[in-house]
Amino acid sequence: MSSSRTVVKLARSLERTARPQAPTRQKRCLTTTTSSRPRLQTKPQANPPIPKPHTTPRPSTHQPSRHQSTLPPSATAQPPPFPTPQNPGKTALHPLHLSHHATLVPFASFSMPVSYPSLSHPASHAWTRSKASLFDVGHMVQYHISGPGAEGFLERVTPMGIRELGEGEGGLGVLLRDGEGGLVDDCLITRLEGGGVEEGKLFYLVANAGCREKDYTFLCEEVEKWVGTGGAEVHVRHLQDGGEAYGLLALQGPLAGEILEEALAKECRVDVKTWYFGRAKHITLALGSGESLPIVASRGGYTGEDGFELSVHPSQTLAVAEALLDGAGEDRLRLAGLGARDSLRLEAGMCLYGHDLDESTTPVEASLSWIIPKRRRTLEGSEGRFNGAEAIIPQLTPKSKGGAGVSKRRVGLIVQGAPAREGAEVVDEAGGAVGTVTSGCPSPTLGKNIAMAYVKDGLHKIGTELQVLVRGKKRKAVVTKMPFVPSRYWKGGATPG
Amino acid sequence: MAAVIAGSGAAAAKLLQRPVHSLARCSRQQYLRLRAQHARATVRSFTSGRRALEKKYTEDHEWIDILSPESASIGISTYAAKALGDVVYVELPTVDTEVNKGDAIGAVESVKSASDIMTPVGGTIIEVNSVLEDKPGTINKSPEGDGWLAKIKVTDTAELQGLMDAEAYRAFTEEVEDK
Repeated sequence: MSSSRTVVKLARSLERTARPQAPTRQKRCLTTTTSSRPRLQTKPQANPPIPKPHTTPRPSTHQPSRHQSTLPPSATAQPPPFPTPQNPGKTALHPLHLSHHATLVPFASFSMPVSYPSLSHPASHAWTRSKASLFDVGHMVQYHISGPGAEGFLERVTPMGIRELGEGEGGLGVLLRDGEGGLVDDCLITRLEGGGVEEGKLFYLVANAGCREKDYTFLCEEVEKWVGTGGAEVHVRHLQDGGEAYGLLALQGPLAGEILEEALAKECRVDVKTWYFGRAKHITLALGSGESLPIVASRGGYTGEDGFELSVHPSQTLAVAEALLDGAGEDRLRLAGLGARDSLRLEAGMCLYGHDLDESTTPVEASLSWIIPKRRRTLEGSEGRFNGAEAIIPQLTPKSKGGAGVSKRRVGLIVQGAPAREGAEVVDEAGGAVGTVTSGCPSPTLGKNIAMAYVKDGLHKIGTELQVLVRGKKRKAVVTKMPFVPSRYWKGGATPG
Repeated sequence: MAAVIAGSGAAAAKLLQRPVHSLARCSRQQYLRLRAQHARATVRSFTSGRRALEKKYTEDHEWIDILSPESASIGISTYAAKALGDVVYVELPTVDTEVNKGDAIGAVESVKSASDIMTPVGGTIIEVNSVLEDKPGTINKSPEGDGWLAKIKVTDTAELQGLMDAEAYRAFTEEVEDK
């Protein structure tokens, strides 16, 4: 067989299987060292800020810090040393992964479970869609952003409608590089309930592990710029205590709701059934020891299923994981790793930064324009501008209507025959190059080959027939609406189809 | 990577630390004794006995059954199948294709990754295992048996010289694991 393409030898492939690719690390930006160094803080989560309880919660012995009506005065401190490939980080659940004989691989300079022996990748994937899985995502980076300038600052670095977020509301966002409006990272931003004197101005941000250093540098620089151009005070705190980052657990699957409900402490009055997708709440969990633990949890995730992401003090993350696993039992809840996480998110049409998104892409090209509310789609007026607005807003209007338009767009593809993988070339009927696949795999749920790709603007409409080159052969592909597998986010009541 | 594989590899190496006599120089009694030793030494994940002596392995974890050069089976090793995980898609070559040593003749894919399979020798593809089109998981169940990928009519048996025998391959996989 003649082929000028790169052949993926089995040995090399096995190496890659052992080392799932983390997003490419961007070159590290220089940090500015001026006397007005931005207040990037590392305080223990002054958390939870006093919730608005319906009843007075019993004091918890596991409170990492006491309830405070004011956030502690700012103190400049560094986040824990960034892990490196030579000195990889370990999450709080590392002992659990070891005791469950997880296959551990390096990912974003962390030692993370890609799978566990009890379930193969396809089985773990299916388990998540029919029962529930628990993912350790403690490698991801959690921040608090607060202060009178928090809202304005976030509206500067993202194109989101931060102002419109009610207490406890959150959603997908993107951090933008000024100038060309390229994507620094995608993230989840939530306005937390409570907040003491910072009532309503406390935001929770979760960003990708692979962008840890880059995001930290970015936030430092942006805070400095913000403050330097007269912006109100803003504090950016990495969530950590005693040198350890806060843990993050993702409980995902149709049984997630009932499992979490059962795990709530008796005194917790949260009604899980009316806790809708996109909402974050202060809840109290019952630990195996009989003690209660207040945490922050958001309804949502990275699988397309109902689920929750739980932010936990580092000293308690293991206890919470064990409480969930023991309480649910292995007939309902199993540990799942990054392998299943990746195939689940692709079926759900969700991007992976470093693959489907990078600094050379704007939100419009990435088909994420929906993040930008109508209010912010103008360069005029008193609306605070967001980074890269001058480049991005004209892209929202196609060339045919006098705008700048875009030259490429992110689409979903279903590919016949062989699975298309990252890097595969997309071609038109004539064989001319029209795009590139950025993520792809055989969908365990659908039994079809799904992929995300960037294709020339104009070829992005649903139903467009294209071809993908896999191992030198053209395979028929069709632009398909995402999510590939219908999402089942909790919107209350009967489970939508 | 997999502690599981490391365990089985180490165990196999220990048990098989005895010279493998050429079959041609054995008496029948010696041969039967060796068979028994091999059978005892068998670790679940590796083939043993006479069949093992007919298989040669590449550094890319393919095996070729050299018993009959007119119709030599090719597949991926147990080690590779285990490391790959559940195989969900197999691409097979076309019958009658003429290939050179090292040409890609197909692919074996898990959800996570795709691997090209290279033919260890030059020749003509005479048969493919079409069972794998509907049941790719056969490779996981029997990677060195029912999970064969294709059969090739070998052009030049001299090309088989550089390949590893079962014991050399076992040692090789341990080296790979230690890295």
